[in-house]
Amino acid sequence: MTNPLNLFDRPNSYIGKTVPRPDARRLLEGRGRFVDDIQLPRMGHAAFLRSPHAHARIVSIDVAAARAHPGVIAVFTGAEMAQHVEPYVGVLTHLAGLRSAPQHPIAVDIARWQGEPVAMVIADSRATAEDAAELIEVEYDELPAACDAETALDPGTPVIHPAFGNNLAWERTVDVGDVDAAFARDDVTVVERTMRFGRHTGVTLEPRAAVAEFDPSEDRLTFHYSGQAPHMMQFIFAKHLGLPEENVRVVAEDVGGSFGIKIHTYGDEVATAAAAKVLRRPVKFVADRAESFMTDIHARDHVVEGRMAVTADGGIAALAFDDLTGIGPFSMYPRTSAIEANQVLNLTGAPYVVPNYRATARVVFQNKNMMCQYRAVGHPIAMAICDGLLEDAAAAIGMDPVAIRRRNLMRDDGYPCASASGMKLADLSHHKAMDRLVELMDYDRLRAENAALRAQGIHRGIGFCSMVEVTNPSPMFYGVGGAPIASQDGATLRLDAGGGLQVASSVTEQGQGTNAILAQIAAGVFGVPIERVRVKTGDTETVPYGGGTWASRGAGIGGEAMLQAALALKSQVLDVAAVILQARPDDLDIRDGSVTDANGTPRMTLSDLARTVYYRGNELPSDLTPELIATRHYRVTDFPFVFTNGAMAAHVEVDPDTGFVRVLDFWAVEDCGRVINPQLVDEQIRGGVVQGIGGALYEECLYSPEGQLLNTTMADYLVPMAGEMPDIHVAHVETPTRTSVLGAKGAGEAGTGGAPAAVMNAVNDALRPLGTSIWQMPMTPERILKALGRV
Amino acid sequence: MTQTRTITLTVNGDSVTRTVPVRMNLADFLRAELGLTGTHVGCEHGVCGACTLHVDDAPVRSCLMLAVQADGASVTTVEGLADSGRGAALRAAFTARNALQCGYCTPGMLASALDYIDTGGSADRAAIREHLSGNYCRCTGYQAIVDAVCDVIEGRVTA
Amino acid sequence: MKAPDFRYERPASLSEALALLAEEDATPIAGGQSLMPMMNFRMAAPALLVDLNGLADLAGITAADGWLTIGAMTRYAALEGSAQVMEGVPLMARALPHIAHPAIRTRGTLGGSLALADPAAEMPAVLLALGGEVVVEGPGGPRTIAADDWATGLYETARAPGELVTAIRVPLAAPGQRFGFHELARRHGDYALAGVCIAATGDAVRVAFFAISDRPVRAPGAEAALATGDIDAAVAALADLPIDGDLHAGPDTKRHLAGVALRRAWAEATS
Repeated sequence: MTNPLNLFDRPNSYIGKTVPRPDARRLLEGRGRFVDDIQLPRMGHAAFLRSPHAHARIVSIDVAAARAHPGVIAVFTGAEMAQHVEPYVGVLTHLAGLRSAPQHPIAVDIARWQGEPVAMVIADSRATAEDAAELIEVEYDELPAACDAETALDPGTPVIHPAFGNNLAWERTVDVGDVDAAFARDDVTVVERTMRFGRHTGVTLEPRAAVAEFDPSEDRLTFHYSGQAPHMMQFIFAKHLGLPEENVRVVAEDVGGSFGIKIHTYGDEVATAAAAKVLRRPVKFVADRAESFMTDIHARDHVVEGRMAVTADGGIAALAFDDLTGIGPFSMYPRTSAIEANQVLNLTGAPYVVPNYRATARVVFQNKNMMCQYRAVGHPIAMAICDGLLEDAAAAIGMDPVAIRRRNLMRDDGYPCASASGMKLADLSHHKAMDRLVELMDYDRLRAENAALRAQGIHRGIGFCSMVEVTNPSPMFYGVGGAPIASQDGATLRLDAGGGLQVASSVTEQGQGTNAILAQIAAGVFGVPIERVRVKTGDTETVPYGGGTWASRGAGIGGEAMLQAALALKSQVLDVAAVILQARPDDLDIRDGSVTDANGTPRMTLSDLARTVYYRGNELPSDLTPELIATRHYRVTDFPFVFTNGAMAAHVEVDPDTGFVRVLDFWAVEDCGRVINPQLVDEQIRGGVVQGIGGALYEECLYSPEGQLLNTTMADYLVPMAGEMPDIHVAHVETPTRTSVLGAKGAGEAGTGGAPAAVMNAVNDALRPLGTSIWQMPMTPERILKALGRV
Repeated sequence: MTQTRTITLTVNGDSVTRTVPVRMNLADFLRAELGLTGTHVGCEHGVCGACTLHVDDAPVRSCLMLAVQADGASVTTVEGLADSGRGAALRAAFTARNALQCGYCTPGMLASALDYIDTGGSADRAAIREHLSGNYCRCTGYQAIVDAVCDVIEGRVTA
Repeated sequence: MKAPDFRYERPASLSEALALLAEEDATPIAGGQSLMPMMNFRMAAPALLVDLNGLADLAGITAADGWLTIGAMTRYAALEGSAQVMEGVPLMARALPHIAHPAIRTRGTLGGSLALADPAAEMPAVLLALGGEVVVEGPGGPRTIAADDWATGLYETARAPGELVTAIRVPLAAPGQRFGFHELARRHGDYALAGVCIAATGDAVRVAFFAISDRPVRAPGAEAALATGDIDAAVAALADLPIDGDLHAGPDTKRHLAGVALRRAWAEATS
């Protein structure tokens, strides 16, 4: 048996090495398998007529002309679709008090946001379906809308779900220590800011897409989808379409970006599955870009009133804030739309020693598209609140932003411990990360250079963020509250006759390189060249049961399951080899595709062993029952989450004449525990940072006061493009988590979670000598010019 | 009734004749009629760049050109590049740098990057970024893509 | 997001094209880089699409009498590859790289840009600053319209129904003539928040702004001030300019940014 402590320095270990992804060549040669690539016989194409109003009663729908249009297969109104789908409600029991109303895939009687499906057309092509959708006549009675989250709870505001009495979906307060007393002390300096975070969205380059096949002879639904959680969707379709769960197969092959967008229950996708069942033929729905902007979940959109008290030497005496967020007319199913606000309460201040902490979140309904979990849920807000106020306080008392962090960051040798909000923390390295960051960016030189440039009228700023990231969630994230979301994941390894491995995992691949790291772990731990490993993910029929990939759990949870399964298979194989070779299992090893003796001398190839087992069992003792397949599952048990930490810095130049901000440089030092593939981790950080820069400077879903989304094109919703983005310098501190043998934590969301705070702090560092600051993201030229009083 | 027209064009070196709806754009034609699904559609309004490919050796947004307008033209898709070996060094550099994650932008990104390289573009990172600024990538943050293009231009990677 | 159905014709001659364009709901398509998105969004639904890409005669660049005549179907990529344009019309050369992205410039045409008259587009403003001309032809024959008279409103021009833009005429740069161009766009290739073109010959200065109004606009007050070299007065004169806001910047911001762009373009013109 291999000692786990030696797993990572075995002669042919791939863990810790940059290994190219097995999917790369296929994707580079145009051989990807995305949902819209699927063409099936008799497949119908769906288009949806969507509400043009934020809030309207549907008085009547006339679909006769659409039904009669040549090429149309079927038309469904909301009421017709409701006969086939059990409504769903997005609440979880551990979010006490959260409420939401039943949702239908297509609006019944009342449409509650612009873009909500009102009717579905299925035709022989998408173009024909769109032609027919234009022929549907809907009479709407427009209702007063509650669009602005900040007035959603005012007495005069229309109540979206009258039975609730008001538009409050959920609220929670955390109160630790004596906050009022701390703010009242006469030896503290208090800073206070109102921060606004714009509504933005994921803009996956591949839109949401679904192909549903239904075989009535077997009562069986196969749902090809572009998403992250196949088993969750299996449950949802079974429950709400009335099918046995085992008769629902959900397949996610290549996914063109997801970022949390494609992990929710969307009415148009449910309707697609239901239509296939009713029509007994395949139905495809691919959202177009306008539909993506209108209906892919939105995120952020928080208004925060925050304050911090610091002592003269920079110690945080207290942190308090009120957070308000509008989530649309329903809480999204099944993950709910209260998680982001909950995360803000849980995570704010978590990198620091905060003796007195009070935070309140209010989550309100409004007549806009729904909000839910998007990459780095809550993190950008939580980090911006604390690190924004901290740098504000540092400036107020004349302290360097690095020094004030060193004064307050949790000690590297002080774990395990808990954050002010009660989050259990372990194996973090804030000080090491900050030290490494300061060295990497040559901080003192950069400060001096900025000062010199300031004298020439060039306004540059440096901003930091010390952060934590939630990764490897345990059942305490969703499962505890009744969500059909697995927190454990499984891995299966099968040694085939040719000596190669077929491995399967319940975590999914959306471009992060999950398949690559699974292959690295399987090959390295078991002992074959990586080329001999084939990885299968994303198919409920062929992979073990598990949660999928979200909350930065693929490597940490899926990877540990793979490691344990590889150890198990190795043990099983060596038991067989010991019999064949007349040796003790402990004296044997598997290296480079062969069973070897302890010093690595090959004794027999794995192919020889497997062929003996599979073909020539007569050569084996009759009491030997060889198993060349092993499955193991893994979940995090001791902690609700396995936190990572990071330190980031942005260097920006603000043009005070135009209000334009250029990000000149960005540095990220990340501690995600054991790094399985350095290149893949670095690229996760870089891509995440750029999404964070997008949120800080560019991206915002802009609504009219009446609830009309104004930017539904990629020309109007600004995503970061190559021309404006900086090169991003990444370095690591490695503090493996002790919750697993692998020791890996997640890395997928850190960049998106930390970059906005760093960029905001850098912009404010640049603006401060000009006598102003900005606390609203995205920090657009117009907002900066207004802050400067130029317009 | 949908209006159609018969067109003949060269796709990846092969002559193709098809009767197509006149309203069908080139991207949809390649994907739906020819099964060349390597060309990806990201926005259908010419902004994201995913559907960029070569028509008569020049980069074109295939969502902003009708299939009937390609009558008589020569079209090269990402599948054609792979089959002919053109751009092999760039694909090798993309692999080595992990200049793709989900792979959805990749065909268009390769088309734009090849255009830059083949028209004599230099290994100037700002110039590369500017040339690729019409191709959206949500995953990588672009740096690895710029690295890959530099690697090819400076000869660090060969096919 | 699929275009509605239409009839499609690809005429081989200008006269054939003009005959087709006389039909009801006929729309010409040149490069299609703006029309195709509008059709895909179903914001444009022509009954008849008249494809001008078969009209080889409408593409090409010729120089005569100090003017460059550029066929309407000349693509941006061809302009970028033309020594006559790059050397003879430096303001156009300066603006071309700011038009979207290379793949758009492969197909997009100069005539299409003028015919659409997008208020945020660079080329109509370039033509306005240069004092160029648009040549149109209809059933009544050809006529030439001065750039000053071309754009008449939001996406509206002096082109009459049934007429087609056939050529754009720009004066070749005179010795000593100076040019400035500056646009403020959030991302490379985006439509600008504000942009300006300057063409200065001695004390005759033409200033054309784009992306700040319903059409490209000259700024007479600024032109008069710049004629005396007074950039501060020129910027101050923008107070009188009618300005429309958009999604990303209100009128006050646009006015401010127009002033910044003007200073930067003037600095370029006078450097």
